[in-house]
Amino acid sequence: MTATALADRCRRIANGAVVPFLALFSALVVGGVVIVLSDADALRAWSSFVADPGSALSSSWDVVRDAYAALFRSSLGSRRAISEMLLEATPLILTGLAVAFAFRAGLFNIGGDGQFLAGAMASVYVGFAFDLPAALHLPLALVAGIASGALWGGIAGVLKARTGAHEVITTIMLNFVALRLVDYALSTDRFRRPDRNDPISKNVLESARLPRFADDLRVHVGLALALAVAVGIWWVLFRSTIGFRVRAVGASPSAARYAGMAVGGTWILSMLVAGGLAGMAGATTVLGVRYRLTGGFSFLGFDAIALALLGRSHPAGVVGAALLFGVLRAGATGMQAQTSTPVDIIVVIQALVIVFVAAPSLVRSIYRIRKPASVGPVSLSQGWGS
Amino acid sequence: MRVELRGITKRFPGVVANAGVDLEVGRGEVLALLGENGAGKSTLMNVLFGLYPPDEGQIALDGEVVHLASPADSIAAGIGMVHQHFMLVPVFTVLENVMLGVEPRTRYGGLDRAAASKKLLELSAEHNLAVDPDALVEDLSVGAQQRVEILKALYREADCLILDEPTAVLTPPEIEDLFRIIETLTASGRSVIFISHKLGEVRHIADRIVVLRHGEVVGTMTPADSSEADLATMMVGRAVQLVVGKGPARPAAPLLVVKGLRVLDERRHAAVRDVDLEVRAGEIVAIAGVQGNGQTELVEALTGLRPIDAGTAEVSGRSLSGLGPRQLMELGVAHIPEDRQRDGLVGAFPVRDNLVLNTYCRRPFSRRLAMDRAAVRANAEQLMSDFDIRAPSSDVAASTLSGGNQQKVIVAREFGHAGTLIIAAQPTRGLDVGSIQYIHRRIVDQRDEGAAVLIVSTELEEVLALGDRILVMFRGEIVGELEGSSATRDELGLLMAGSTA
Amino acid sequence: MATTSEAARAAGVLTTSAAIERRRALAVGISFLLVAGVIAVLFGLGVDASVDSTFRLNVGQSTVDLPDLAVPSRLTASLLALVCAAIGGVQLTRGFERALPAVVAVVGACFVIAFLTWAAAGASFNLTGMLQSTVLRATPLTLGALSGVLCERSGIVNIAIEGMMLSAAFTGALVASAAGSQLVGLAGAVAIGGLLGLVLAVLSIRYVVDQIIGGTVINIFALGITSFLSAKVFSDYQELNNPGVLRVLRVPLLSHIPVLGPIFFINNLLVFVMLVLVPVLTVALFRTRWGLRVRAVGEHPRAADTVGIDVLKVRYRSVVLGGMVAGLAGAFFTLGSVGRFDENMTAGRGFIALAALIFGRWHPVGAFGAALVFGFAESLQSKLAILSIPIPSEFLLMAPYLVTLLVVAGIVGRSRAPAADGQPYEKG
Repeated sequence: MTATALADRCRRIANGAVVPFLALFSALVVGGVVIVLSDADALRAWSSFVADPGSALSSSWDVVRDAYAALFRSSLGSRRAISEMLLEATPLILTGLAVAFAFRAGLFNIGGDGQFLAGAMASVYVGFAFDLPAALHLPLALVAGIASGALWGGIAGVLKARTGAHEVITTIMLNFVALRLVDYALSTDRFRRPDRNDPISKNVLESARLPRFADDLRVHVGLALALAVAVGIWWVLFRSTIGFRVRAVGASPSAARYAGMAVGGTWILSMLVAGGLAGMAGATTVLGVRYRLTGGFSFLGFDAIALALLGRSHPAGVVGAALLFGVLRAGATGMQAQTSTPVDIIVVIQALVIVFVAAPSLVRSIYRIRKPASVGPVSLSQGWGS
Repeated sequence: MRVELRGITKRFPGVVANAGVDLEVGRGEVLALLGENGAGKSTLMNVLFGLYPPDEGQIALDGEVVHLASPADSIAAGIGMVHQHFMLVPVFTVLENVMLGVEPRTRYGGLDRAAASKKLLELSAEHNLAVDPDALVEDLSVGAQQRVEILKALYREADCLILDEPTAVLTPPEIEDLFRIIETLTASGRSVIFISHKLGEVRHIADRIVVLRHGEVVGTMTPADSSEADLATMMVGRAVQLVVGKGPARPAAPLLVVKGLRVLDERRHAAVRDVDLEVRAGEIVAIAGVQGNGQTELVEALTGLRPIDAGTAEVSGRSLSGLGPRQLMELGVAHIPEDRQRDGLVGAFPVRDNLVLNTYCRRPFSRRLAMDRAAVRANAEQLMSDFDIRAPSSDVAASTLSGGNQQKVIVAREFGHAGTLIIAAQPTRGLDVGSIQYIHRRIVDQRDEGAAVLIVSTELEEVLALGDRILVMFRGEIVGELEGSSATRDELGLLMAGSTA
Repeated sequence: MATTSEAARAAGVLTTSAAIERRRALAVGISFLLVAGVIAVLFGLGVDASVDSTFRLNVGQSTVDLPDLAVPSRLTASLLALVCAAIGGVQLTRGFERALPAVVAVVGACFVIAFLTWAAAGASFNLTGMLQSTVLRATPLTLGALSGVLCERSGIVNIAIEGMMLSAAFTGALVASAAGSQLVGLAGAVAIGGLLGLVLAVLSIRYVVDQIIGGTVINIFALGITSFLSAKVFSDYQELNNPGVLRVLRVPLLSHIPVLGPIFFINNLLVFVMLVLVPVLTVALFRTRWGLRVRAVGEHPRAADTVGIDVLKVRYRSVVLGGMVAGLAGAFFTLGSVGRFDENMTAGRGFIALAALIFGRWHPVGAFGAALVFGFAESLQSKLAILSIPIPSEFLLMAPYLVTLLVVAGIVGRSRAPAADGQPYEKG
């Protein structure tokens, strides 16, 4: 590669990172405003703003600074904190990739949560129901989770390819079907822990658990697997013929069909891969941290949309975004404990990140930056229809 | 109504679509606006219809200068427009479409369908425009939809009607009907602006003809004092010299043999009926016809994009039935699709990827699952220089290229893998003259190297310039065959209109 | 629809509409026969011939005392099976054409009655109470779906119904508690719904954000901000989360009608609003100038533009209005039933409303019908314990989602979205 090409490439990457960076920054600022608005002391100071503007500003600043400082301290401040952060990031990398891969094929996978549950359920089952040597048990449990997630995603792919059913609707519906299926499973004796009445599964056997990196840290081998998968997905997307086909179908299904590509088949394949990735997120979560299954959504599927957008549907971007969100999620608990700012502020910040990333013109108008020629507004879905 | 456009200038980023255009149409007059694709006809009319504000110039109606900021203003001022792509809501009834935007209301605020229906039926009777007010528009024929569009304008009491390429999608009898309608309209004192690039019909219907080229008026004449050749020269700005220098064809063995082919359209009607044709190696067969006479379906069937309903089609002796585009390409069929932006290119992909869009999974571009990026790049550089594709680099997105260069990318890709049968649909639609000549040249070269070429075009000039043999398609059938060297426009025109003379 | 055929085209699915029509008519007929078979075998032969099913018709609010309705279980099921079989036969031979939706409803009703007869075999079961709770549970679903009808008929996809409902539920509780008036709380809920509608509209129209993303943002944001604020505010100031419940109103005279009275005419304000909105919106959409324009904008915005309709204005208005209706739906959770806000209390009801919208074919009456079906499944689920039916309750809760999957896949019935739904409109 020549020097100018390299420089050109660096500029492109930098350009691509500007909006996501500003989006995150803006979201943190707005999040700060929300924190101030919900803080009784700060509000009291604002009520006497005219009399004492300095106090209003400084007490607001203190509240926000304390909250964010606690947040970053709890996620980056110690070896353990970093471990927790990486632990949070692990499933995020995978669900983020699940949405990003589907985006590349022109599909909007809102079904991350359902695929996650499908994967978690299968892995947990294999994890507690079989008694096998670890060398066999763990891979089997992982594969079961991936396959089950792939199946769940694949349903949406098949429906889209065969009947044109919009994947947004089908994946939303499949999320809830999976949710109820898990509830049902947890009500059966096969799944439910014998000594409990609440919906909680039996524990995954030792032989199927993902080993940890260190005895005193919770971060587990799943992280390494997720990173390896991210590299693999990057290779598939940008270096393999399959990725070429996936991206062509995503960018123009019609031209892809004229060029002899099987569009429906590519949709099915993409949803299988996406589902498999989200299923793997479920698998690593139950085999690596929780060791059991409980009901309810993880809401990781929604986070994943933010991750894919923030990472511009590029595996490297998704990993970076997942680490950032890992910081937010892992730090939020510490923040709540130390400053009584509820963890849910993180969800608000995530929503804001999506807005700012999805509406680059909004960010540009706030920061008055000119529009680069290559980065247009995000437009993925093509409306409803059934 | 007398409509005057005075010095209208309209600029778009990078282009001047209209430059100081003056135009006048009087009461009861039919003014034809003639020009090539991209000459600025539609832009000018969109200015008159209030869709675009002009950058300079004035519009005067019956001598009074008006400011038309929106279609609503223009409609109120008595201007009606029938767009090339009909502006009708398919799931609405005729009546709903007609009254949309000017709905009469009952005392209680509801829609007064009865009143609207009464007015519609009166207009329909007065102008001899038969429609069923309660029919759904999506169930109507194209001709009937056009009648609805005209009624829509009349319902709004339009005094001046703009018809944008009204005949492009009509069958000859429907065109005859339209001309009769136009005569009724002018007889009642309305003025009509008729936009077209078809010389024959312009001379037939117009009282006066204004020729537009590159956004400027290059001449105004009457049908009586202008021949089609004059108009054509004026329209394209040069003596019509589309004929490529090509020697006589040396046809060899038939490569494409089609017998009794029937192909169905989306509504399961036979769009192609009982077609027999043969294309030999070393010859160009051109299929002429008005758009929508089954050419699209024929091409899709021959390229594996649409199932064959009955009959046979063989390439080099192998039946095409059941084969997809991929397998046909392997058989050596190259396809230049009709809609280049939608079907020919992935706009977001770089040029080099578009150049391997159908060969990416073959050697040398891939080995097992891995793409060989160096090979893709080398291929791009080779083809870009071979086919004179002007782009800053093979990295830029195909969508950023000009139309001509985009088409060259497709041509390079398709000709690059040494097709034995080339099927090209509208290969030069909307391109500049230089690109047209270049692409025609390459097509003739392919023929001379022994390829069998099937061209489908609605442009007479192109058909005459390229075809060694010319077939005319009408309502899904081949209605005539002419020798390329001896065919005349008049003969072709008659056949395309479905007359069996 | 355009996008669908585009997708089908791209996928190489080139089956034509006429063929699909025929195949569907056949499939519908066969499924009617299947229903008949299921009724006959499961519900008919599944019970003892001598057993009766007893339906109680009185509820607490009934003013007229009605005798219990006891029917022979097997005979009833068999008769209903016969009706369905006959309908299936007619469908296969002749077809019902335009009456088909009504016929589907009849078959559905037969199935439900047969199911209940079977479930109540040898026992007694309060039918009126069940239907009353069906209407109650259908209320937020209907209102949510109507919100979707308003937005999507104008061409803006609304998957943010859930988020709008959740925010409105929160705001309703907060404002009603603070003002000490549920009506003021209701107004607050409607206002916040409208505000979020405006956000959706601005994002999708002004900033041309993908509408699915815009809706998702609102959903996530609503979940985050309501959880955040309820954790922050309601935990310290519990009196701010004590709005009380809307009073139950009785419509004079009508509330005395046996069975129907308690079901429809003894309810809280929001149920009445819903019952009024369904016909009002139907008339407004299909019989007024406003509705014609909204639908034109959702089907073919350019056509609407060329006849002088301001497409963007129509869309803004419809989406804000839709948000306000979703606000009513949200208020139902706090002011209409629970009397308190809990984190994520809508629990996916907004997505069931979305399902009702699709199942109900983007039509107010259809949406109401679909919501009733889903509401019925929900209330049945809560009564399963009493009836001891061998169906896991989770599967009943799954029903709305499964039905929607079948509907969008075109396997059962057919649902056609407005043609321009989800597509941004740019002039020129």
